[in-house]
Amino acid sequence: MGDKKINKPRRIIIREEYCMGCRLCEVWCIVAHSKSKDIIKAYKGQEPRPVSGIYFEERGAISFTLQCRHCEDAPCLEACLTGAMYRDKKTGMVLHNKDKCVGCWMCIMACPYGVIKPDFKEKKVASKCDLCIEREFPACVEHCPNEAIILVNKKGERIDKE
Amino acid sequence: MAIPKKLREFDVVRDDEKCIRCEVCCRMCANDVHSYDAETDKVSADSAKCVGCHFCEDVCPTEALVIKRNKSQIKRNANWKNDALGNIIKQANTGGVVLIGMGNDRPIRDYFGHIVLNASQVTNPSIDPLREPMELKTFIGSKPDRIELVEKKSKIKNTTEIPPQLELETPVLFTAMSFGSISLNACKSLAKAACDFGTYWNTGEGGLHKDLYPYAHRCIVQVASGRFGVDREYLKKGAAIEIKIGQGAKPGIGGHLPGEKVSAEISSTRMIPEGTDALSPAPHHDIYSIEDLRQLIFALKEATDYKKPVGVKIAAVHNVAPIASGIVRAGADFVVIDGIRGGTGAAPQIIRDNVGIPIELAVAAVDQRLREEGIRHRASLIAAGGIKSSGDVVKAVALGADAVYIGTAALVALGCHLCQRCYTGKCNWGIATQDPYLTKRLNPEIGAKRAYNLLRGWSLEIKEMLGGMGINAIESLRGNKEQLRGVGLHEKELELLGIKHAGEAW
Repeated sequence: MGDKKINKPRRIIIREEYCMGCRLCEVWCIVAHSKSKDIIKAYKGQEPRPVSGIYFEERGAISFTLQCRHCEDAPCLEACLTGAMYRDKKTGMVLHNKDKCVGCWMCIMACPYGVIKPDFKEKKVASKCDLCIEREFPACVEHCPNEAIILVNKKGERIDKE
Repeated sequence: MAIPKKLREFDVVRDDEKCIRCEVCCRMCANDVHSYDAETDKVSADSAKCVGCHFCEDVCPTEALVIKRNKSQIKRNANWKNDALGNIIKQANTGGVVLIGMGNDRPIRDYFGHIVLNASQVTNPSIDPLREPMELKTFIGSKPDRIELVEKKSKIKNTTEIPPQLELETPVLFTAMSFGSISLNACKSLAKAACDFGTYWNTGEGGLHKDLYPYAHRCIVQVASGRFGVDREYLKKGAAIEIKIGQGAKPGIGGHLPGEKVSAEISSTRMIPEGTDALSPAPHHDIYSIEDLRQLIFALKEATDYKKPVGVKIAAVHNVAPIASGIVRAGADFVVIDGIRGGTGAAPQIIRDNVGIPIELAVAAVDQRLREEGIRHRASLIAAGGIKSSGDVVKAVALGADAVYIGTAALVALGCHLCQRCYTGKCNWGIATQDPYLTKRLNPEIGAKRAYNLLRGWSLEIKEMLGGMGINAIESLRGNKEQLRGVGLHEKELELLGIKHAGEAW
C-alpha cells in the first residue's frame, strides 16, 4: 500500500458474524503505527511499541473489534480542554494531536464507545484509531483474514482493495 | 505396562526469532496445540495434538510456523508402516473402529495419471478458445429416443417431447455434502458459486436450510436412506432429485451424524429432534431390488409432476455396469457413479481404504455397457470421486461421463488442507464443523468467490484442452476415447478403459 494521504471520508464497518477472534487487526494496527512499519522490529526491536487503536471484545463464540467511530457529534471534541482532539475538515475524521494533549483524560470519560485508550506512562491519550490516514487502506481492513472489517465510502458502498 | 501413546504425526516447528508472541496461533487452534506461558514469555506447541490442518501456518503474521511431517519413525519396515502401527495402537487403546474423513489416501492406481490426451497437428486444425466460440454447455437428463419433426404449411415443427433437463454452463457440479457434515457457511459458499456460474450444488442428506432457499433453483436435492429433511416442499424447491444408494468413500455403509452436532438449525432442517443421532441406514429399507428402486423413482417423479430429473447415485463396486443398466431401466434420468477415491465426512478407515473400484474403470465400464444395450441416451452419467483437476474432468468426459461431481476440490478451494479429521467436528477452517466459534471463520462471500474462481479456472483450461484437440464443444468429446491414450497400462486395463496405448495411431 502506498503512503498516499487520504482526503475522502471513509468509515470502517465491523461484521461481527465473520470475526473469528484472531486479533490480527491489533497486530497490524501496531505495526502500521510503529516507527519502522516492520512487524519484527515493531514487536522485537528497540523502538517503543505503540498501543493498538482497536478494542477487541469476545464472549464465547461472539467476538468483534471496535475502533473509534468518528462520531458526527463527537463527545470527545466537546470534552477536550486544549483542542488536542480535533476534526479533520477534509475527511471528517476525529484525530488527536499528542503535542497539545495534557492528559486530563476527559475524552476517555466522554467517549460513549470506550474506544480511547489512556497512556499510563506519559499520562496522555495513548491511542485512538486514526483510520490509518497515512495509508490508502487501513491496516486492520487490509489484514483481516475473513473480511470481518471492511471499509465503506460516504454513501456506505464497500471499498475493496484493488 | 508403559502404554504407547498415539504415534505423533506432525512436528510444529516455530522460528523463535520470528515469533512475536501475538498468540494468534494459540487462539486459533481448535486442537489446543499452541500455548503461551507469560512467565517465560514463550509460545510452545504440543505436537502430539497437531492434526496437520495448517491453519496456524496460514494465519501466523510473521510466517514463524512450519508444520512438518512426523520426525518420530519406527524402524524401517516394508510391511509395517506408521499408519498401520498407529491404527493398532489406537484400537488397543479404545477397542473401537478407526474413523477417518476425506477420500482414500492409499496409492491405488490413479488411471487419470496414466492417461494422456491428444492434440491436433497439421492434418486437422486446433482451435484457439480465446478467438473462437467454445461450448461447454452440458445437459443432464434423459434424452428422447428419436427426434420427431412435423411439416405444416412448409414450416417444420419439432414435436419431440424432451424430458426435463438440467442446464450446466460447465460439466462440473458440486457433489452432495450435507448441512451437518459441513457448515452452513460452507453450503452457502458452494450454493452461491454454483448459482453464479450456472452449475448445480447438492444438499446431500442434510435437507435444505431456509437460508439456502435463494439458491434452491440450482440445487439437486438428495433423498437418502435416512430420508432426512424430505417433504413435498423440499422436493418442489430443488432443480432435480438424487436418490443416494451409496457413496464412494463407504460403499455399503450408512451414515451417522452424532447427536452433539445436531443443533437447533440442523434439527429443523433434517426434521429430527435436537441432540439425537442422525442415523442413515446402510440400505434403503424400501429398496431391495431394481423394481423397488423404480417405485421410488416414479414416486418422486409423481410428487414433482414429472418436471424434474430424478437420478440415482451409487458407489463404484465390482458389479457397477449391470447395476447402472438396471438403474437406467428403472427410469433414472441420470446416474452418478462415485469411485473409491470419493470423500466423506466420516467413515470407518478400513472401508474407505479397501472397498470399491476406481472411477476411471467404473465410468468406462458403465458407458460401454449402456451403449451396448442401446440405452446410453436414456440417462446422463456423472462421474465422482477423485477429480483433482480440469485434466481429470476432460479424461472422465472422454471415458464416457456427461459431467463430473467435485467435492474435495471444492473444499480445498474453501481452505481445506486434507487433514482427514472432519469427523472430529474441530475443523479449524470452519468447513466440517458446527461449532459457532469455528464456522464463522468461513465467510461465505469469500468462499463463494473462491469456489467460483475454481469453476472458472477449470472451465478455461477445459476449453484450452478441447481447442488443442480441434474440438469446439464438450458434446463432441463425450465418450471420444480416441482422444485418450494409456501410458504404462497393461492390456487388460486398456481393454477395460476402452483406450489404446500411447504410440498406437487411430
